[in-house]
This record gives sequence, C-alpha cells and structure tokens, in this order.
Amino acid sequence: MSHFGFSREPLAPERYRALVADPVAGGYASFEGWVRNHNEGRGVVRLEYEGYEALGIKEGNRVVVEALARFPLARAHCVHRLGVLDIGDLAVWVGVTAAHRDAAFAACRYIIDEVKSRVPIWKKEHYAEGDSGWINCEVQPADAPAGSVPP
Amino acid sequence: MVAIQVEYFAVLREHVGHAREHLTTTATTVGQLYAELDQRYAFPEVGRVKVAVNDEFRDWTSPLQDGDFVVFIPPVAGG
Repeated sequence: MSHFGFSREPLAPERYRALVADPVAGGYASFEGWVRNHNEGRGVVRLEYEGYEALGIKEGNRVVVEALARFPLARAHCVHRLGVLDIGDLAVWVGVTAAHRDAAFAACRYIIDEVKSRVPIWKKEHYAEGDSGWINCEVQPADAPAGSVPP
Repeated sequence: MVAIQVEYFAVLREHVGHAREHLTTTATTVGQLYAELDQRYAFPEVGRVKVAVNDEFRDWTSPLQDGDFVVFIPPVAGG
C-alpha cells in the first residue's frame, strides 16, 4: 500500500491517524498544512490545488519510504488535498510514529519539506482583488537564471 | 516520426488551453519536443521545468518513443 495519497474530499486527520498507529510507537508527530488568508503581503480568499496524480503518488511514496529508511520509525503516511480549498482548510497532513520522539519530529519535517519540493502539485492563489496566480511559476524574465529552461 | 500523447497541468494547461493532445513529431528527445511545442505555444516563462515520460521523471535528453505519454512539470508548490 502506498504511503502517500491524494484526496478531493476534506481531510479527516482522525481517520489518517489510525494509519500510523502501532504497538511499538511511543510517540506520534503530525504536521497539518492549512490554507492561510495571506501570502507575500496579499490577501488570499481561496486556493486551488492541482496534481499529476499518477506520478505524484509514486514520488510522494518515495519520499515517505526514504523517511522510513533514514529514521527509526514505526509508521509514516502523508495525504495531500486537491481541488478548491477555503481559508482554514487542511491542505496536507503528515503523520509519523516512532518508539521515541526525536525520530518522529525529524521524519515529519523531512516528509513535508520533500513533498513540497518534489511532488508534482501546483497551487493557484485567488486574491482579494479578484486576480489569481500559480505559486512559484510567476517569473520575471530577469529573474530566470541562465540555463534554467530546457534545451 | 513518433505518435505520442502530451498532458499539461496548471499554468501550462491554462496557457495552452487544453489538458491533453495526441500528436506526431519528428523530435527524437523530450527536450526537442519541448522546443517544438514552445515554438507552437510560446510557453510562459515559469522557471525550471522538469519532464516526465510514462509517469516517471526523465532527463531532457531522454529519447521519445512511439506511444509515450509526456508531461512537462512547471515548478511545484504543494503544502
């Protein structure tokens, strides 16, 4: 079973928590990413997440498997929301259990950082002024480093 | 010539105006395919783009083969 999933329905942490329950676990650490009402000085009214699901599930699972190899964990799982989200909605959930808390905290951090930078998910912010933008994709030509585009 | 399928996501999907297309191309690598489609669509400047073939990340020099499913991946923003 994959350690990473997508959901088009609101995330229910109490349900996912059961996925990482384990008799050997002495600690549980989780991270919840929530939709906030501002970004880079602008008012945000809602978000849209789009995912390349077939590759996203593979890459997300690779991230969690890496965490299971790097840290002495019991279990780990991550779920990312797709679709239109309102302020305060849960966008991503990471849950990790381990015999001891140090590994649980470190692995939780590892998973969210790697998921954010590697899994093919895109975020569109809708602003209070009515416009919108794809995060990390709005580049001024002068900002693009040489060789940053494909051959 | 190879017959392939391309899917676009997010900023590229909105720019191109559709999510999927079947096409035939003389491109022999995914980098050449990107250049050919950039000529056609004038892709927006989005920073570092990656590419996947048949649902796995690939280098830009990867060969294109008949029946390949290609996705260009603009900078991601999960979480």
